[in-house]
Amino acid sequence: MNNRGYFGELWFGSKSLLIGLNVTIREMFKPIVTVQYPREECAITPNYRGHIELVFNPESDGCDCIVCGMCAKACPSGCIAVAGEKKEGEKRKVLTQFTLDFTKCSLCGSCVETCPKGAIAYSQDYNIAGFTREEFHYDLVERLARRHQKPLAAAAGGN
Amino acid sequence: MPPELLRMIIAAVLVVAFVFLNAMVLGYMERKVSAHIQRRPGLMEVGPHGILQLLVDGFKLIGKQLVVPEGANRFLFRLAPILSFAPCVLPFVVMPFARKLQIVSMDISLIFILAMTSINVIAILVAGWASNNKYSLFGTFRSVAQAVSYEIPMLLSLLSVILMTSTFSLQGIIAAQKYYWFILVQPLAFIIYFISGLAETNRAPFDMPEAESELTAGFHTEYSGMGFSFFFLAEYANMFTVCSIATVLFLGGWKGIPLPLGDYTGIFWFMLKVYGLLFVMIWVRWTYPRVRFDQLMTFCWKYLIPFALANLLITAVLVKLI
Ligand code: SF4
Ligand code: SF4
Repeated sequence: MNNRGYFGELWFGSKSLLIGLNVTIREMFKPIVTVQYPREECAITPNYRGHIELVFNPESDGCDCIVCGMCAKACPSGCIAVAGEKKEGEKRKVLTQFTLDFTKCSLCGSCVETCPKGAIAYSQDYNIAGFTREEFHYDLVERLARRHQKPLAAAAGGN
Repeated sequence: MPPELLRMIIAAVLVVAFVFLNAMVLGYMERKVSAHIQRRPGLMEVGPHGILQLLVDGFKLIGKQLVVPEGANRFLFRLAPILSFAPCVLPFVVMPFARKLQIVSMDISLIFILAMTSINVIAILVAGWASNNKYSLFGTFRSVAQAVSYEIPMLLSLLSVILMTSTFSLQGIIAAQKYYWFILVQPLAFIIYFISGLAETNRAPFDMPEAESELTAGFHTEYSGMGFSFFFLAEYANMFTVCSIATVLFLGGWKGIPLPLGDYTGIFWFMLKVYGLLFVMIWVRWTYPRVRFDQLMTFCWKYLIPFALANLLITAVLVKLI
């Protein structure tokens, strides 16, 4: 700093001050980057990791879960519970219950990775807020049905 | 009631109203400009584009409780905001808004304004001393040292203009800028005045007395509600005063492209120039980081004062020769 001398310092300082002013005035006329959140929403990237959700398979008109229980076993937080039943004359079990306790989920993704059928995936839902803990105990079968407006059994079962 | 008295009363009311209005406009401007510099929209919620926000803030401040800290000197603590606010209103009494829009025309208007704006530092001293708070006291120390230093280059730079016009009357100085603005012949004085003005009004990058990050809020740490508002109003009124002196002395005051009823509508040009300078002040604030205290002093004593003195000397010689 000191090797510039008295006038060198003055010249250098004034120049850098003007450069600074130039930067801010140019920023001032650039478009605003704020997203007014509740009124506007950001686009979510496909990589977003929300809570898990059952995947809808349009071919079978339901989900592909075979109730193997791998996801529940893989979950380090023990927040998945799956149950199914085998009906007469059918080859595989039919999913009757899939609950996720999202209050405990660490979003680690083990469940999605272990599922042999690719039946679960991350949702894009980030507007999550609630007043009670129970609101975050999701019934994924019901959510799937609601998303596709199907009667519960049909949505879960599907062949 | 004698008409002169009536005129004074109306003028006093108008002046106080103007000080409040100015604080609202500047407060809004400051927040909007800072927001846009940071590429935010700023105030948006209260009223269209948030223009009513400052009104709401004002009501909030009026509604707040005034707390006097334990161990504070009650009398001085309460006195300080008023001491800060009252002298800031007075410069507007002699302000030449237009040829005929001036409440009182004095031959010594400039000295009067400079005297009044300097009282602010005493108010800060009283506030910091009476608060019984170490941060307030630190802010006060800095403020006093800063004001004492920056008063010198400020007066020296103004003196260069006074030498050219040989009058302290603001209307006289404006009249002397008949053919050209003094910023053309005194650019250095203008720059020195403007920088000292920033320091005088405790604006960033010279906002040492209230450096939030180290001193909470400096000298007004302990003030709430209207006590704080008075300091706030005084700061904005002072900014306006500093910029209007710069306008009068260097930018031709109310002179501009002639408008109909020029004796009164000159206020348009006056306001345009003053708010232009105020914009620069805000722009500077949101560009530069705060300087350190020794840097502040070095800059003043090693650069501003020698340059102001040299400028004054050259002006004096030239005025004598021409
Ligand atoms: S993401 Fe991890 S913690 Fe959450 S349900 Fe799946 S396995 Fe369990
Ligand atoms: S979601 Fe996948 S891992 Fe879990 S029970 Fe169904 S098929 Fe098995």
